[in-house]
Order: sequence, then C-alpha cells, then structure tokens
Amino acid sequence: MEIEVLEGVFDANEIIAKENRTLLDGRGAFMVNLMASPGAGKTSFIMRTLEGISGEIKPAVIEGDIAGKVDSERIAEIGVAAIQINTGGSCHLEARQVNTALNHLDLDGVQLVIIENVGNLVCPAEFKLGEDLKVMILSVAEGHDKPLKYPLMFSESDVLIVNKIDLIPHTDFDMAFLEDTVRKMNPSVEIFKISCRTGVGVDAWIDWLKNRVKAS
Amino acid sequence: MHEMSVTESMLGVVLRHAESNKATSVTRINIVLGEFSTVMPESVQFYFDIIGKDTIAEGAELNFRRTKLASRCKDCGKEFEVVEYDFTCTKCKGENTEIISGREFQVESIEID
Repeated sequence: MEIEVLEGVFDANEIIAKENRTLLDGRGAFMVNLMASPGAGKTSFIMRTLEGISGEIKPAVIEGDIAGKVDSERIAEIGVAAIQINTGGSCHLEARQVNTALNHLDLDGVQLVIIENVGNLVCPAEFKLGEDLKVMILSVAEGHDKPLKYPLMFSESDVLIVNKIDLIPHTDFDMAFLEDTVRKMNPSVEIFKISCRTGVGVDAWIDWLKNRVKAS
Repeated sequence: MHEMSVTESMLGVVLRHAESNKATSVTRINIVLGEFSTVMPESVQFYFDIIGKDTIAEGAELNFRRTKLASRCKDCGKEFEVVEYDFTCTKCKGENTEIISGREFQVESIEID
C-alpha cells in the first residue's frame, strides 16, 4: 500500500526557525547568520562589526564550532554577551540549537544577534535558523571561482563580504569574475569588499548594517 | 556528517507516517531530491542502511526522483531551467526570478505492508 507523505525533510527545522523569528520579533531584535569556510575571517569580521556598532546597537553573539570555546571567550572579553554551541562533529547549526542558545542568552535590550555558523561552505546554506539576514564571507585566498563550486551558499546569501582584499596584489584573484558570477546567481546580493586586518571597507558594511538593524 | 543528520530526519518522517498507518514494514521510500540540494543520494543510502536497522523501515528501497533547477521570472512569468547557475530570465533578461524546483528534499510517499 502506498501512502502519500509530501513532507519535506527540512520542515521540522523550518518550524523551529520560525519560532526563533517570532521570539526575536517580540523583542525587536535582528539576527544575522554568518557563514563562511574555516579561516575566511568570521571571528575577525565579528570583532570588527562589534567595534563598529559599539555604543549604538547592543549585540549578542552565538558561536557555533565543532569543538572549543576560543571564539566565545574572545568576544566575552570585550564585554559582549556570547554563548558557544559545540556541534560535536556536525557540520552546520540547526534551528533547535539556536533556539536553546537564545533561551540561555540575556537578550535584555539586545538589538542584534550575530550567529557564527560552523566553518563550511556547503551545509549551513540548507538550514534556516530564523535569521533576518544571511551573510557570507569569501576570503581572497580561497579564489574567485568558489561560487561555481558552492552555488547554493552564494545564491542563498543576502550579503557577500569579500575579505582579505589587502592580499589581492599577491594573488591572481579576479574580482570582476567573482562579481559577475555571483550577480547572475543572486542579482539582489549586496557585496562589500573589506580587509578585517587593515580595516579598509569595513565602514561601508557597518553603515549598511546599522541602517538595516534600525529599520527593522 | 550532514547526510547523517538529514537521514535521521528523513527516517523520522517515514516512521511517523508508517506508524500512524499501522504499518508492519516499509518496503519503499519515494524521495524527491532537487539537483540544487547539497544532499547526495549515495550518502543518504549509506546512512539509511545503518540507522534504519532494527526499525520497520529496515531494508526499504530508497527511490530518488531528481528534479532540475528551474526558476520563474516574476516580471514576465517565464519558467525556465537554470543552466550553469545563471538565474537571469531567458526571455526578458530580468533578474527578479524565484526558484520553483531543484531545492526539494521531500518524502513524497512510502510503500508499506
């Protein structure tokens, strides 16, 4: 006997993602899901972002890593509420883990929650967490051809941060090729070219983010 | 890693529907899997063989129906297959398009005894 099911495997995750959204909407908080491969500069980017919004927007950070709490300690050191999720081998965060983290964070007065997803250009793109904005980082050293190899991530992201642009003179990185490829996949994507090391380009991102958070 | 957790979710969906229909065994699972999904059928099969053991779905045949990546233009209404990840409308060259297939990972139906 054949039974019709018609149920998506990600449906259960998406229900919890919506709960996360409702929880944050009730508090007037905005949430960013930050995704990139390991070493692209996620934590440095978060530190730059926290520095840029300091005194204007109250943030909290959820750190997803397979193991360790190096990142959340680094963020807590500058006085920002941070919580670490150790996925224990899993390659991405799921909405349930974020839900638990949100319930453990002191969200009083928090206007912006930044989630640092597990370093991976594949799986995190599949799992909605209840975010307002999907932001991805591609660092110059990874190469301009990555959108063609990891298309889902590039087509799903609202914002593409091209990091480590100070390295461009030392590489064959083709920015025009990157932009052309990404815009075909994702015409509405916002692209910011920055270097977290030198600080170049960071201000444009910060101004844009502040406007988005305040408009929400 | 990824397929392990999604296979667990898929098995959960299958068992819930099988049990609510008082099945004694699941013989076949019909799955729709978009070509733009990051899930690999071979890996789902591999993990299913392990985690399906000792459940009523043990040994069920997994049948994957793959769907092509396709979009619809919100401006002119044209539906088109997306080639080489170029989402630009093939008719009006508009950029305001939405994916209509190719992202699915759905349990379409199950065959039970």
